[in-house]
Amino acid sequence: MSRKILAASGIAVYVFLYLPLLIVVAYSFNNSKLNAEWVGFTWHWYKVLLEDDAMLKAAGNSLFIALTASAVSTILGTMAGYALYRYKLKLLPVLVMAPLAIPEILVGVSLLIFYVSINLTLGLGSIILSHIAFCVGFVAIVVRSRLSGMDESLPEAARDLGATPWVAFRLVTLPLIMPGIIAGALLAFTLSIDDFVITFFTAGVGASTLPLQIYSMIKIAVTPEVNAISTLLMLVTLFIIVVASRISPDSIRGK
Amino acid sequence: MNRDKWLISGPPLFYLVVFFVIPTLIMVIASFRYAGEYGGLAPVLLHDANGTHLNLTLESYQEYFSDFIYTRLFIKTLVYALITTFFCLVFAYPLALMIARSEKKRRDLLVLLVILPFWSNFLIRIYAWMIILGPQSAFTVALNGFLGLFGMNPVRLLFTPFAVVVCLIYVQLPFMVLPLYANLEKHDPALLDAAQDLGANGWQRFWRVTFPLSLPGIYAGVALVFVPVLGIFAVPDILGGTKGIMIGNLIKQEFLEARDWPFGSALSIILTLGAMAIVGGAALFARRRDV
Amino acid sequence: MALLEIRNIVRRFGDFTAVDGVSMSIESGEFFTLLGPSGCGKTTLLRMIAGFDSPQAGEILLDGKDLVSVAPEKRPIHTVFQSYALFPHMTVAENIAFPLRMRGMGKDEIGAKVKASLEDVRLADRGGRYPDELSGGQRQRVALARALVNRPRLLLLDEPLAALDMKLREQMQIELINLQREVGITFIYVTHDQTEALALSGRIAVMNAGRVEQLDEPSKIYDSPKNRFVADFIGTCNLIDAEVAASGDEKMVLEIKGLGEVMAKGKGEPGTRGTLALRPEKVRIGSHLSPETEENHFKGTVHDFLYMGDVTVYIVEVAEGVHVEALLPNSAAGRPRILAAGDPVEISWRYDAGTFLHE
Repeated sequence: MSRKILAASGIAVYVFLYLPLLIVVAYSFNNSKLNAEWVGFTWHWYKVLLEDDAMLKAAGNSLFIALTASAVSTILGTMAGYALYRYKLKLLPVLVMAPLAIPEILVGVSLLIFYVSINLTLGLGSIILSHIAFCVGFVAIVVRSRLSGMDESLPEAARDLGATPWVAFRLVTLPLIMPGIIAGALLAFTLSIDDFVITFFTAGVGASTLPLQIYSMIKIAVTPEVNAISTLLMLVTLFIIVVASRISPDSIRGK
Repeated sequence: MNRDKWLISGPPLFYLVVFFVIPTLIMVIASFRYAGEYGGLAPVLLHDANGTHLNLTLESYQEYFSDFIYTRLFIKTLVYALITTFFCLVFAYPLALMIARSEKKRRDLLVLLVILPFWSNFLIRIYAWMIILGPQSAFTVALNGFLGLFGMNPVRLLFTPFAVVVCLIYVQLPFMVLPLYANLEKHDPALLDAAQDLGANGWQRFWRVTFPLSLPGIYAGVALVFVPVLGIFAVPDILGGTKGIMIGNLIKQEFLEARDWPFGSALSIILTLGAMAIVGGAALFARRRDV
Repeated sequence: MALLEIRNIVRRFGDFTAVDGVSMSIESGEFFTLLGPSGCGKTTLLRMIAGFDSPQAGEILLDGKDLVSVAPEKRPIHTVFQSYALFPHMTVAENIAFPLRMRGMGKDEIGAKVKASLEDVRLADRGGRYPDELSGGQRQRVALARALVNRPRLLLLDEPLAALDMKLREQMQIELINLQREVGITFIYVTHDQTEALALSGRIAVMNAGRVEQLDEPSKIYDSPKNRFVADFIGTCNLIDAEVAASGDEKMVLEIKGLGEVMAKGKGEPGTRGTLALRPEKVRIGSHLSPETEENHFKGTVHDFLYMGDVTVYIVEVAEGVHVEALLPNSAAGRPRILAAGDPVEISWRYDAGTFLHE
């Protein structure tokens, strides 16, 4: 294949990937109620957003859920990642990978049936428990890959030079995998704050999150306020990605 | 040693058993239960004059196979997934090849640029197509103007199967680019020099060397694109209208609107088994071809 | 009493037996080498001495006391790892201080010891650097300093020179010998490089397939290999099928197909089959050799030769299908020209150049 054709088709695909998102960003500044022609620049839709109590509440919920879920799943995921690296296990590797491989809708509906069966009231609690379930695997994979990049003889050297297993872990292994753990935590945070499908099934009527709020706005009446919240959400994600890639360049490919 | 192993792997294992394995098992059982009077599920154990007995049924599965409409929806979902996979491959291959053949220091950036958009919220990516394909959008207006030149009637793009497939391609494309790139990047450039040295022209070098060597990457990409599409419901829900629905929409409907949970569970299990059969069959096929 | 006593150690991984009944005793102050191809069990044995692995049978005793049940951090044994295993998030000084910290030594004492240790390895100005800022040779010296700083009874070295280039390796070999003499600590050195083993060691244990094939001083191992594996693994060797025709106490007559009678050292029952091991550099070669001096004297033709710069290796056909390799230094005076393929030549060797290996 000639180099020029290749470059041209490559660039065309990049345009295909970015143009839709750029359109959303552009329309968030458009002084018109319709997502059609460009009328003029305005901050109006961001002001509307800031006065939208339901949206702000949903944003608060999303933040709370993402912080809690990422904190717990980082601890569990780090343990799982370390266990996968350190021991020959049969069940855990399957359980860590399976929720990532199975269509999200199936995870969502099975959790819904589960919560109803055990009489758990759907709401923030059920959303957090569900988010932890699918974030653990992602954290585990990031931590495990960080561990397998580490020279195996480093913790052994610490033992050899007089450190107990726990001291060797604390002084050598933990500092070395810390970038992986932080990247895993950021990954869990973004996955949680962005999740729609599983949240959709496990939220019940009481609690709303940003993605749920966006969904109902798209379904009921599209207003450029959606463009504004989408743009902000993209900025937040982009910021986290940049931070994560600085800390651990491999981690962002995990998704 | 053994104690440490359980101390470390125990908590995550416990969590995943409770919040993944048990829900899955409950769903399997739910597919054999009767629907509750007001939605949800009827009790598993029934107490009556004859004592206590299991209250299970194959009704949900019988319902699926009694009406061809469900199988047709399943086949339609498969067709959407196939079309999506095909176009993802067609779009992703040149891009992956371009990245793999660019300078080493630029590759990471180019890969990052592929990943970045799919870090944006899933709904936003769907919503963007709602704007692009909307009746007043520049794209739709231009397209209909063009069709008008040939005396054809204007077409509607939003809320059609077309909108669903375009958006599916859009959201799944990175899953095809990444495994393809990972494969193509490993190719030894000397192979192409050798092929050229031995008289192959550019086209022949691609079809005789690059393409066959990239087959494992293609298989991986196809699996990564195809399987998730089977379960997707948000894309058709937002862009598909009534004609564009897929099996995922039916599952959602059974759980949240019709509230026939046993049937919804049965659909989920049929979907899982179907997906597993397809992936398993494809893997077998791929292995046979490799040997 | 030996410093380290290893008795009938066995270690299996599934169906694979990595170490198969190894015994040896290592004296205090020795430079002892475990030599063998990869997969021979030498590294597994080393890991069991360090405590990272446990034998399924057998004993390991240090100063007569059981070592197997002692955790690695409690053993007065340190290891220099193949990758050096320098902690990348600690400076050179912090790396060297690590074993002292683990022993709970005071800050001032640690500072003084680290300083002295850095001076010993000529890295006094590098204490604040991180390992990835050092050259390969410097890292190697830090690894040695770290392992020696609290004077272990035993130092284990797992192919520590493998990552260095040839020139640096030779220099480090000399440094290692000097260092070992200075500190007087017993070294157990693992390598697959036979020249390294011959150059460094006081004694060598040649290992193969989980067993010790021969344990001896370097010169004994080179000159009198015990079996075909050792002869073949150490240096190059002519290995020729032979049968004992007659035998005295230390001299024997072998019958070799195509050659006839050949004298060799050792003794054996007449009729025993085996192999004659003969080092190429002990075979004389020339157009005409005076027949009196050496016991074994044959005529042949040059089948092939390899010019190697300092020496030339000749492959001489002495009979149909019987080839003997001979090595001739190119500096040998008075030699008019290199022999060419097809030239008639004579070869000879002393009876004690050849060793008979029983099957």
